[in-house]
Amino acid sequence: MPESTAIAERSIAMQRSPEFQRLRRTFMSFILPMTVVFLAWYLAYVLIASYAPDFFATRLGESYVTVGLLFGLGQFVSTFAITMLYSRWANRVYDRAADPLAAEMERPVAGGEPDAR
Amino acid sequence: MLDEINPVINMIVFAAFVALTLVIVFRVSRRKATENQFYAAGRSFSGRQNGIAIAGDYLSAASFLGICGAIATAGYDGFLYSIGFLVAWLVALLLVAELLRNTGRFTMADVLSFRLKQRPVRMAAALATLAVCFFYLVAQMAGAGGLVALLMGFDDPAATSITIAVVGVLMIVYVIFGGMKGTTWVQIIKAVLLIAGAAIMTLMVLFVVRFDFNELLRMAVEASPEGEAILAPGLRYTNPVDFISLGLALVLGTAGLPHVLMRFYTVPSAKEARRSVVWAIWLIGIFYLFTLVLGFGAGALVGPEALANAPGGENAAAPLLALSLGGPILMAIISAVAFATILAVVAGLAITAATSFAHDIYGSIIKKGQTKPGAEVRVARITVVVIGIIAILGGIVAQNQNVAFLVALAFAVAASANLPTILYSLFWRRFNSGGALWSMYGGLVSCVVLIIFSPAVSGTEKSMFPDVDFSVFPLSNPGIVSIPLAFVLGIIGTFVSKPEADHDVKQAEMEVRSFTGAGAEKASEH
Repeated sequence: MPESTAIAERSIAMQRSPEFQRLRRTFMSFILPMTVVFLAWYLAYVLIASYAPDFFATRLGESYVTVGLLFGLGQFVSTFAITMLYSRWANRVYDRAADPLAAEMERPVAGGEPDAR
Repeated sequence: MLDEINPVINMIVFAAFVALTLVIVFRVSRRKATENQFYAAGRSFSGRQNGIAIAGDYLSAASFLGICGAIATAGYDGFLYSIGFLVAWLVALLLVAELLRNTGRFTMADVLSFRLKQRPVRMAAALATLAVCFFYLVAQMAGAGGLVALLMGFDDPAATSITIAVVGVLMIVYVIFGGMKGTTWVQIIKAVLLIAGAAIMTLMVLFVVRFDFNELLRMAVEASPEGEAILAPGLRYTNPVDFISLGLALVLGTAGLPHVLMRFYTVPSAKEARRSVVWAIWLIGIFYLFTLVLGFGAGALVGPEALANAPGGENAAAPLLALSLGGPILMAIISAVAFATILAVVAGLAITAATSFAHDIYGSIIKKGQTKPGAEVRVARITVVVIGIIAILGGIVAQNQNVAFLVALAFAVAASANLPTILYSLFWRRFNSGGALWSMYGGLVSCVVLIIFSPAVSGTEKSMFPDVDFSVFPLSNPGIVSIPLAFVLGIIGTFVSKPEADHDVKQAEMEVRSFTGAGAEKASEH
């Protein structure tokens, strides 16, 4: 059996397998909400800066720190936080689910050459 | 204050940086590099090294000189740029980096043509790559010219043109001899110098105000003719739609920048790609926090009026702040770092453009993948020379143009032409070649056409051609139109064209490979 056909057949079988479906669901159920959250938070920031600059110009008490500056620093905090959350999730949850499937895909065909791609 | 500038010290520090990097480039280079070594450094860099190099690639002159200057004169509106540039990395981290690393070999086109029609899709992706690199390169070269006017005390355009040519020649040398490995080392050295330099200056500014940020803001407000207005949005961007358009291009552009995407192939695995993006986000984020202090510091200690009269205008904010904090020697060091920044970024862009031409257009489309080992590398090296010459000429022509406009254009092109197709081909099973071609060409053409008819090119005093007016499109950044358009065209194109016979098989292969990492390219040298 030519190698490319072997890979194709394995890929289709893998894509249909419940393990892979679960992996894709694991990915989507973390990534989608995170993406919606950070994009919405960023867009909210851009929209407020564009249409309500007076709100951003509000100074906190007697200080020169404005609401806008705090929101801007908030974007930094949220970016760092999501980065760390993602990194932890990927290292602990995702890799653990994905690595066995990769090993399964790269497992040599019975007695044949290992998949060299 | 300007008469304190010492061109001789500036030149010595700069020459020392060039000498150091050249030695390293020659030490790591291989005369007979394979494609894998030349394009991807044998996938031998660690996640941390690559993360630093990504920061080096990303923190261009626009990030350092541009943002410091913008905060110094326009206050809060300058800060908005750094937020967009940083948040954009989450798109790359969550949606693109690892899946792309698993699927491709050397270029963005590898990924896009994985399950689509090889030749037309690869051609479109390569053209989009070359377009983004061209705009980005010309912007950096033009920035180099402006910086030199300040640093070396040259005032006449001929001397500036010579400097642009020197930058171009150095870039060619780094890339031809160093390949991806040499270029990556240049990025790493430069990133360390840039971040350390910014950190030292930040500490010095904070020391002046006794670590009281509120006091720094008070001084900046007092020094500015705009007063308290610098603490709020609205000094630079008065049209809200224009600002939203810029915000979209910034946040969606990064994950489509070909020279950033290519860096993911220099590491041995998707896990290392993840680590490198995490490193990059921390370094880039911390650097932008430094620029916030430096920008307000320049506003407070140098003052917007001194900046307006300085050669190089507000782009001189960081070097002039260094001059006022630490005298001519600190200024020489910071200026050399800024120069190194430009040099490293143009080298990164040049190797990306050369790889795209040699691997995608020459190797895969002209030679249909039937090249002898090493032949592509020879073509890539020749391409670097051609790109270097084009960039020198472009930089000389554009030396008085607005640098930020060209960089924002590169981001808008990346977000419109590249990002929709990258996301669709990774996540949308039904997506096909028709959709990819509609989206890429539609995004590329609409973006460039809208820019041509925007006030950035004609009609206002700050335009490239101030004396004519054909600006029928009112926004200076086309993102808000061209990005959604490219996403919609991808959907329409997919529904009106027929999928290939092997659509389902190829889609399954790509999906399994991108999500599990099975069959991804491994490291070739240890």
